[in-house]
Amino acid sequence: MNSVETVLVAMLAGALRVSTPFLFVSLGECLTERAGRINLGNEGVLVLGAMVAYATSYLTGNPWLGVLAAAGAGAALGGLHGLVCALTRVNDVAMGIAILLAGNGIAFFFGKPFVQPSAPGLPGIPFGGWSSVPQVQSALTVSPLFLVGVATAFGMAWMFRAARLGLRLRIVGDSADAARALGLNINRTRLLATMAGSGLAGVGGAFLSLVYPGSWNESLSSGQGLMAVALVVFARWNPVGCLGASMLFGAAGALGPSLQAVGVTSYYYLFYAAPFVLTLAVLVATVRPGRAVRGMPGELSIAR
Amino acid sequence: MTDARVPTRRRVVGGLGVGAALLASGRVLPARAAPKPVTIGFIYVGPRDDYGYNQAHAEGAAAIKSMPGITILEEERVAETDDVVKTMQSMIKLDDATLLFPTSFGYFDPYMLRVAAQETGVQLRHCGGLWDKTKHPMNAGSYFGYIGMGQYLNGIVAAHASKSKKLGFVAAKPIPQVLINVNSFAMGARSVDPSITTTVVFTGDWSMPVKEAEATNALIDGGADVITCHVDGPKVVVQTAEGRGAYTCGYHANQSALAPKGYLTGAEWNWAEVYKMYATKMQAGEKLPNFTRGGLADGFIKMSPYGPAVSEAARKRADAVKAEIMKGGFAVFKGPLLDNTGKQVIAGGAAYPETAIEIESMNWLVEGVKGSLA
Repeated sequence: MNSVETVLVAMLAGALRVSTPFLFVSLGECLTERAGRINLGNEGVLVLGAMVAYATSYLTGNPWLGVLAAAGAGAALGGLHGLVCALTRVNDVAMGIAILLAGNGIAFFFGKPFVQPSAPGLPGIPFGGWSSVPQVQSALTVSPLFLVGVATAFGMAWMFRAARLGLRLRIVGDSADAARALGLNINRTRLLATMAGSGLAGVGGAFLSLVYPGSWNESLSSGQGLMAVALVVFARWNPVGCLGASMLFGAAGALGPSLQAVGVTSYYYLFYAAPFVLTLAVLVATVRPGRAVRGMPGELSIAR
Repeated sequence: MTDARVPTRRRVVGGLGVGAALLASGRVLPARAAPKPVTIGFIYVGPRDDYGYNQAHAEGAAAIKSMPGITILEEERVAETDDVVKTMQSMIKLDDATLLFPTSFGYFDPYMLRVAAQETGVQLRHCGGLWDKTKHPMNAGSYFGYIGMGQYLNGIVAAHASKSKKLGFVAAKPIPQVLINVNSFAMGARSVDPSITTTVVFTGDWSMPVKEAEATNALIDGGADVITCHVDGPKVVVQTAEGRGAYTCGYHANQSALAPKGYLTGAEWNWAEVYKMYATKMQAGEKLPNFTRGGLADGFIKMSPYGPAVSEAARKRADAVKAEIMKGGFAVFKGPLLDNTGKQVIAGGAAYPETAIEIESMNWLVEGVKGSLA
């Protein structure tokens, strides 16, 4: 393989593995925001999910139980957010930050004994058997969680477009008045959406600790959950857009290390900023005055 | 009993900033007889059990915990910001610590210097090579080990194991301590076979698990078959390399349990010796040295036992060089030496052994290293 191929393979691998936590958190956030609520706490949920998944996998020896436990822990934390935000005059952005800190704190406190042990991780599915190049084979070893994420993205898009559940969720998110007129229970819908969204974010955390990089420590997330929340805006609240944005972000994130590995060694701090520069560039290119927030649910506290 | 409770309790409530009760209990304690009671504070930038830098220091702290009269305070995950000033002050004011070890590189300037200037009755020693007699307070100081020698031995063993003649180095930041390691590793390998290249990837910070995994994968994709690193927690690098079937040389602590097949050897800290020395001097009321250095011969650093993949030839050669280093005066960096841009960085005839102060301001990558500093 020459240098260009090596970088391209690394970007492909990045799109498939670095992207997955972004994908799950942004899908979860998308679901929550389409119901009219913001949950910045998903960064904390990501960290908590990572810890719970790792601990459960280590204690039971079954990584899939870890994934379930992470989803459960995420849903529980999301439930807290949903319940408190249902009270009058509670600001969901502020509450989200409280949830973020709580999630980090709980994960760091209970995660201490699990920094050192090695827990069994989730095996990947080899899709690269057709290639004789070991780099390609390694890049195409796809985690089943990524496939679950892709299916969830398309499923969610269909749900928002055609399913009764998704349409009701959208009404609640776009106009509380219309939802009340239809007799929908706004708080219950938002609570369930927040719980489901945080459950997804928890699965994203499980990917971090059980698949890639596949280890638990306190700097594991380093802000990926918050970035994913921003990706939802970038994806215009469209689940399939979240998939594309996450994969783009993952591929761009692989650029920094792989360029250095093939000998493009200067300006690596600039290349590490590539995902953010890219996001900014696409936003600048696509946003026009007047329709800057197209796709934004009307009930979001920042829209009102 | 009460002795042992203080650090644990402090750890639990530390984040809440509740220290008043501890102050009281800390003052009642020192009724014990012989050795002078001394409270020593350790501050870590990451978790204590990270298989790396912080674990190495925490093992050193644990080794002096049982010394009579010594009380240990520990705080983890303290950022290299004003946070560390708060931690230091709370250890001094609330827990009566008289000796502090802020272990992370970035704690020194300006944070530790500021505290040292304010709290003249307290001794502070920083891990790294930054203390300067002409500029810095006399109650501050620094200690460090010549771990570059360990990386030189790593390089020798790596060169024997490599088939592709390409080695990979995952590094955090291009500061002298890291560059000494990168260059020593590369020179160790080149002492076996001058055609060997070492590719370095900088991740930008001490603990970036995802970038470290990406960097390791990218190095292996680029053909490297032995990987080593200088990041705070080598766990991710070692596990990722093991998963890809590459060999690893460890750093900071012994990571062989993480890579039973591919772990060759590793350069480890042995801070217990250093901390024992400080604690004993402190109890005896002697003056602490401001500038402490030591290497393999002084027991400041040690090598991990060889892994199963290390050949007989590699063992022999590494052991022979190690014996040379133990005698003292062994110079890895001697002229004429070119950097990787072709510029001469050490003139012919000059030789810098591990003790030479010149190498502590290293700002170049040696010939045979693929990488650059910015």
